[in-house]
Amino acid sequence: MLYIPGNNPAMIQQGGIYGADSILLDLEDAVALNQKDAARTLVRNMIKVTDFYDAEVCVRVNHLSTPFGLADLEEIVPLQPSAIRYPKTESPEEVIELLKIIERIEDRHHLPHNQMTLHAMIETAMGVQNVFNIASKFIRIDAITIGEQDLTADMNIVYTPDGAGIDFARKRIVMAAKASHIDVIDTIFPDVNDEEGLRRETEYARKIGFTGKAVINPRQIDVVHEVFTPTEEEIRKAYHIVKEFLANSAAGIGVFAIDGKMVDAPIVARAQYVLRLANVTVG
Amino acid sequence: MKPKIAAQSGTFESSDVIVLIEPLPNKSGRKIEISSTVMQQFGASFRQIVTDMLDQYEMTDIHLIAKDKGALEPTIKARLETAIKRSIGQQEGTL
Repeated sequence: MLYIPGNNPAMIQQGGIYGADSILLDLEDAVALNQKDAARTLVRNMIKVTDFYDAEVCVRVNHLSTPFGLADLEEIVPLQPSAIRYPKTESPEEVIELLKIIERIEDRHHLPHNQMTLHAMIETAMGVQNVFNIASKFIRIDAITIGEQDLTADMNIVYTPDGAGIDFARKRIVMAAKASHIDVIDTIFPDVNDEEGLRRETEYARKIGFTGKAVINPRQIDVVHEVFTPTEEEIRKAYHIVKEFLANSAAGIGVFAIDGKMVDAPIVARAQYVLRLANVTVG
Repeated sequence: MKPKIAAQSGTFESSDVIVLIEPLPNKSGRKIEISSTVMQQFGASFRQIVTDMLDQYEMTDIHLIAKDKGALEPTIKARLETAIKRSIGQQEGTL
């Protein structure tokens, strides 16, 4: 997911060419307070005509407690991007309030309530505490994300490259997403010149269960894709497992062995997930 | 409608346009100044976009300066809309 500042026309119009899976047009932290109106109008116009190729388009609006949040929703919701990303989500009650406003705007424009989804950003200590209730209760929330910068600020701690201060939050957010069967996207890596650091952090994010990572520069996309794309060996192994599973299932056998190792339902499920990621079907 | 205050939107960056608006005395009409890095190819259509947008908001007694660095139509329209709305006091922004 590539963050693009909402008041930068050059970056918006080129946003689709870098191969990111999704584009996040940012009306929040990437826009100066005195340019919020300009960014909102620019993003609204650009979404209508810009070809972002295969990338999903999300818009991060400002929080409803600011003077900009409602105006953002009024302009963006009628365009029905793939998703609205809502910052600093702290409670289910807040989401209920947000959804009421979104649905009221959709009704006014005769739009369905089931197309555009919501991404809840968890970036306060309260949000981390309430994350499962946020992630699990709303059918329109199909992803949650962690925002490291705001979270460390809220916790009065300093970001360190090892991510020690937000490790608990990361894992709690991942677990809430897994229990709710939705995607979970890791925070940005702020140093665009540190490719090794980005790779290390992305590998860690994948290892603990994140399904993607946000980036702030097109240069970071390839590293994130490399880490999150299954290797050829992983795909071959998964293919072998699923093929054997299908053959054994047809013969009425549930548990079997490959190279002397037991293969049961969880291993098959993991192999199927790898094949889904790689877009491979077993014929 | 007349501009109430001087207003500005956009930047001097590539693919953007900076728009400045200031009020003129009553019955002055419109004074439009456009400069662009792509004036030869797109000057006429740029002027048409400006005129259409000023017509849409029924703007008069206005001095509008646009300095373009190759902005696309949606960007031009967005910057014009922002500057107009700021100048008539509908939106807050920067001078």
